Amino acid sequence: MRDIRLAMRAGGGFGLGLSFFLIVVVLVPFGVGPQSALLSKIAPGILWLGALLACLLSLDRIFALDWEDGSLDLLATSPLPMEGIVSVKALAHWLTTGLPLVLVAPVLGVLLNLPEAGFLWLTLSLALGTPALSVIGTFGAALTVGLKRGGLLLSLLVLPLYVPTLIFGAEMARRGAEGFDITTPLLLLAGITCGTIALLPFASAAVLRVNLR
Amino acid sequence: MSLNSLWEYANPKKFIQTTDRVLPWVAWSAALTLVVGLVWGFFFTPDDYRQGSTVKIIYLHVPAALMAINAWMMMLVTSLVWIVRRHHVSALAARAAAPVGMIMTVIALLTGAIWGQPMWGTWWAWDPRLTSFLILFLFYLGYIALWEAIENDDTAADLTSILCLVGSVFALLSRYAVNFWNQGLHQGASLSLDKEENVADVFWYPLLVAMAGFVLLFIALVLMRTRTEIRARRMRALLARERMGA
Repeated sequence: MRDIRLAMRAGGGFGLGLSFFLIVVVLVPFGVGPQSALLSKIAPGILWLGALLACLLSLDRIFALDWEDGSLDLLATSPLPMEGIVSVKALAHWLTTGLPLVLVAPVLGVLLNLPEAGFLWLTLSLALGTPALSVIGTFGAALTVGLKRGGLLLSLLVLPLYVPTLIFGAEMARRGAEGFDITTPLLLLAGITCGTIALLPFASAAVLRVNLR
Repeated sequence: MSLNSLWEYANPKKFIQTTDRVLPWVAWSAALTLVVGLVWGFFFTPDDYRQGSTVKIIYLHVPAALMAINAWMMMLVTSLVWIVRRHHVSALAARAAAPVGMIMTVIALLTGAIWGQPMWGTWWAWDPRLTSFLILFLFYLGYIALWEAIENDDTAADLTSILCLVGSVFALLSRYAVNFWNQGLHQGASLSLDKEENVADVFWYPLLVAMAGFVLLFIALVLMRTRTEIRARRMRALLARERMGA
């Protein structure tokens, strides 16, 4: 399974999500104006939204290449359980997309004038939440793997599923930035992440089996 | 004629035969109860002392909202039946119910907005209920889009039913998340007057009739659409066979 991860890393698209994240964050002040009070108020939400969209952008790559050259069929006939394959795919997506996003988020927070108290909680909430985004996204990618115009449909399917994660993640970052208690959203976000990691690979694997039939 | 179990209706032929007889009754009683409920509600109930005549939109709003949620529940059940027992009628019924449910969601949102404009002074507020209905609408949209996108019928049925199951879990999660989110924004804003609480009997009975009418209407529409799907599929099969023969 290590070589899949290496292949994903070498396969390009690594910096694409990051650049997208950067551009979204840079564009926001142009859209809403440069008042730093306003920016620091909406910074946690913007950073979360940007991370979510950047995640979405790279989802169709999870299975598309392997589907085209047939290695997905090979993986499916290998003795590995499909659930394992799906989980590792999600992990690879997180390592190549989610983790870099988490790491650059504080830097972009400076651009948006994020309050000092918020940096730790923003980073922590993204670190907790992005694995859920990857796992949910893998489910969406598995649903649309064989389709010609899958990209748009993928966004339509995955975005509603992202709602709870986004709410709790952004809420946690916002409360952290404003100095409130963050225990509740922290626990709920962690719950969502653990729950999706534990259960959703089964759904993704089932869907992938149907698509490979 | 004795029926041993519900599953006999899973036979498409049997389903068509039975609904042939049942459908006119359902459709006509739906029309009747709807007319009675709406006319009673619109013309023969007093105006509310606080809300004036705007209160009467409740006879469209509440039943539509009820059916919007119940249509998804029905899709959930039929999807489960498809996954477990692989009856085609079940999958087709889920497919038939989705657009109806989506329209009900739209009706509920629109009538809510029309009522909210004079009452709350705004067309839209990010109230938990409103927001979760908007999210429900998005789920319907994704579900229908997935059905449309996949050519193979069985694959589409499989994928959409799994999406329906996963979606249900996430829709519930979103419901509670949205509750939490709005409380976090403005503490306990009492924007939504709780409707059930202060409905007097004068309003309650016509509302009941209107709700029954919407339920019947939904059943009639779903039966009709399911029959259309079955026949369309049979026709495709016949055409394919003809092409093979020629």
